[in-house]
Amino acid sequence: MVERIVTIRNRAGMHARPAALLVKTAAEFESRIYIEKDSERVNGKSIMGVITLGATYNTPLKVIADGPDEAQALDAIEKLFENRFEEE
Amino acid sequence: MASQIEKFRVLDLLQLDLRENDALNLKCIGGRPGLIREISVTEINRPGLELGGFYENFAHQRIQIFGRGENAFLQKLAKEKRREEMEKLFTFPIPCCVFTHSLQPTADFFDIAEKAGCAILQTDLSSSEFTMRILRVLSTIFAPKQTVHGVLVEVFGIGVLLEGDSGVGKSESALSLIERGHRLVADDSVEIRRVSGNILMGSGAQVVSHHMEIRGLGIINITHLFGVGAIRDRKQIQLVVQLEYWDAKKNYDRIGAEENTIDILGVHVPCVVIPIKPGRNIPVIIETAARNERLKKMGYYSAREFNKNVMNWLETESTRVKFLNEK
Repeated sequence: MVERIVTIRNRAGMHARPAALLVKTAAEFESRIYIEKDSERVNGKSIMGVITLGATYNTPLKVIADGPDEAQALDAIEKLFENRFEEE
Repeated sequence: MASQIEKFRVLDLLQLDLRENDALNLKCIGGRPGLIREISVTEINRPGLELGGFYENFAHQRIQIFGRGENAFLQKLAKEKRREEMEKLFTFPIPCCVFTHSLQPTADFFDIAEKAGCAILQTDLSSSEFTMRILRVLSTIFAPKQTVHGVLVEVFGIGVLLEGDSGVGKSESALSLIERGHRLVADDSVEIRRVSGNILMGSGAQVVSHHMEIRGLGIINITHLFGVGAIRDRKQIQLVVQLEYWDAKKNYDRIGAEENTIDILGVHVPCVVIPIKPGRNIPVIIETAARNERLKKMGYYSAREFNKNVMNWLETESTRVKFLNEK
């Protein structure tokens, strides 16, 4: 199991489009993926779960991956956050 | 994965969305800076003794409730004495003061509370009614909590939590159940709280409540599509149904005489594992599981009763054979 802290850099926060992008990326990997905000943990492959976190601009999130391709999954997800989900 | 809530502040108490007989009808009438103070315990205190000058065992970490009695006492005190008592009271870091019956504290009370940075709240409820409600509300807030990935539906009055890996068909099964007249509580992310000892209350997050994600359709609003009868806000979890892809090597329960349970926040909940395979009508199977759970609650165990009949019959048969052989 590996984990990494990422920060939301797009102004609008985690709304439907970034959430969908995140879930789509997560679903490409076999590993189980979780996103944690404070003490709340949701499944990274569930769009409703990810939106439920209510993650706003500059919120730090913990991404946890567990499985055979965990390292690649973390890298791919981190990249999304770095690219601000292709938003402002 | 049980988690502790983040700090619960007085402001959070004011912002709670409570309705009908849960409503606290609170508003802040003074000491606004104090709204950031934290509420850390579920109990309340009526500061009668303290106003009288007795501070031993003062439960200052609790919400302080001023009812008609306390307010009348303060009014009766001479001005200087009153100031002195109130200043002493506010040297303690009390989370907030609540005046019931829409009572107005005196002007100097406002001053002192403001200076001490303690919020003054007011409600139109009576002291006893407010006490009952706030205890109920706080005990829910401070209850052990856990968020699980699954769908919570009410089927024939039984709260059924559908679990399983992403893409196994939880939402689709739930949609089918809704279409058959059952109710959706929460999709995808279910927040579970253990209240009153061993009751597991499940609900969804406010923002996404009663929306579902169906592959190919996207996010849909169940309330608008199926009507208000197709939803409910919270429901006790009484049965867990785990959906999984059919594994030919795995042994699935063929008799059902044994009671399988799963541990959620320390409570044992009946649990069934249902394998998915083309040709298996999952919603009907879930409905049947819920019906069966109701029967069990009434003390009737289908599988056990069936086996009892079989045993009786075998016994009669063996006696008959024995009797015939003897003849």
